[in-house]
Amino acid sequence: MLNQIETLYRRESRRVFATLVRLLRDFDRAEDALQEAFAAAMQQWPVEGLPKNPRAWLVSTARFKAIDRLRRDARMDSLEDLVEEPPAPPEKEQETIVDDQLRLIFTCCHPALASELQIALTLREICGLTTEAIAKAFLVAPATMAQRLVRGKAKIRLAGIPYEVPGQKQLPERLDAVLTVIYLVFNEGYHTSSGDRLHRPDLAEEAIRLGRLLLELLPHPEVRGLLALMLLHHARRATRTSADGDLLLLEEQDRSLWDQALIREGQALVESALATRPVGRFGVQAAIAALHAEAPTADATDWPQIGALYDVLLRLTPSPIVELNRAVAVAMRDGPEAGLALVDGLLARGELQQYHLAHAAKADMHRRLGQFEAARESYEHALALAQQEVEKRFLQKRLEEIDAQLA
Amino acid sequence: MKYMMLIYSDESVWTEEERANCMAESVALTHDLNARGQFISASPLHYVNTATSVRVRDGKTLITDGPFAETREQLGGYYIVDVANLDEALEIASRIPGARKGTVEVRPIFELDNLPIANQ
Repeated sequence: MLNQIETLYRRESRRVFATLVRLLRDFDRAEDALQEAFAAAMQQWPVEGLPKNPRAWLVSTARFKAIDRLRRDARMDSLEDLVEEPPAPPEKEQETIVDDQLRLIFTCCHPALASELQIALTLREICGLTTEAIAKAFLVAPATMAQRLVRGKAKIRLAGIPYEVPGQKQLPERLDAVLTVIYLVFNEGYHTSSGDRLHRPDLAEEAIRLGRLLLELLPHPEVRGLLALMLLHHARRATRTSADGDLLLLEEQDRSLWDQALIREGQALVESALATRPVGRFGVQAAIAALHAEAPTADATDWPQIGALYDVLLRLTPSPIVELNRAVAVAMRDGPEAGLALVDGLLARGELQQYHLAHAAKADMHRRLGQFEAARESYEHALALAQQEVEKRFLQKRLEEIDAQLA
Repeated sequence: MKYMMLIYSDESVWTEEERANCMAESVALTHDLNARGQFISASPLHYVNTATSVRVRDGKTLITDGPFAETREQLGGYYIVDVANLDEALEIASRIPGARKGTVEVRPIFELDNLPIANQ
């Protein structure tokens, strides 16, 4: 029985939480009520057996516990805030749960909250990550992150940020913020900012789950674009690292291990997303990912198309990193000299000086040109800036290969 | 929930005509808000060169000519509204003409029980 409860907790606790936030209008009250309801379950279910509808039992119990607590704290005014609500009929229950989670994510991603707070709140309240884990992802001390979350929840409460999905007029802008947050969560799972493991699969899958939920309620081309992008990246998860845990480049990955079902799903979503004008940044990024995924071998990659898509992306979202990625595509399409000219120009401008991948890209282009001294210098620069163990090992290996060439 | 909207802008970027239009539009907005039961109070303020600042330090009252801080954007007016939540407040703020040239700061009002109600 305790195993079942544990499984249920992992699967359901954040969904129950989302409903409680809507009912109780307060994150902390919802969290307390949730914990008390599960504690009650651990006591009562071994004796009474698993309820027919565990989720409804938990929501109902949590609500009663919250009311009790408010009475104990003599917060009679807050009792009036509690939403009066008959239990939802079973057919509507799934819909309500989906709605509640979407409400929660739109609340956590409200523009009145600083963007780093939006992602921290999403990770904490929707994905259920501990404060420590989030702190690690942001490279701050746990106490700092805890304080940030406390202040964020206080702002939601004091400034009156509503627990609602935005109306049609505000939806496009608010949606972009949500998509950005989900993608950041996915990236955190796909590629941790530091530490040994290259990816945390459950975060990536959490982000995909959120993307799917969002698409159900909001069939918007950019939601399709984001989901496609995540699926296409996730399709390659088995091949990102070797058996020894070393980083594998796209050209080194065993494509037979790529998840074709996810790729097909991603491709279909890309087609659908790009069919609507104007195209959005997620749709374009997904199209680039699709081109990589559909190439049967690295050599067969359609670099001219990818280059053209980067031109579009650069117009949509001008940024040095997009320019860098475009430079890499240009190098593949037109040769390393062309790419090198672009990367050197970028580095000269200064924005990417601290970005290890810029130096790694430069190093790779020098290497392809047989300019081993220059390659060495750039690889060393990249190594000094790299944070991830896996990336450092990869760069170290490259340096050893260069040294073998120079010897 | 009550919110105060503080309207900041650079006085020098308004022509006389623009300021007059802004005033008229703002008044119309107050009536619209009143019709919806959201209006509590609002007013423009005279130009910042009419401001006087008061500080009391160590029992001494210090009076100086000018606003509390010399910034490019200055407080030009305010609204106080009563709405359901921040989103409604932000929607109203976006309709305030001053938002097009300056910034409208939206702050939740800290409700105290023992404040008097102004005599009409």
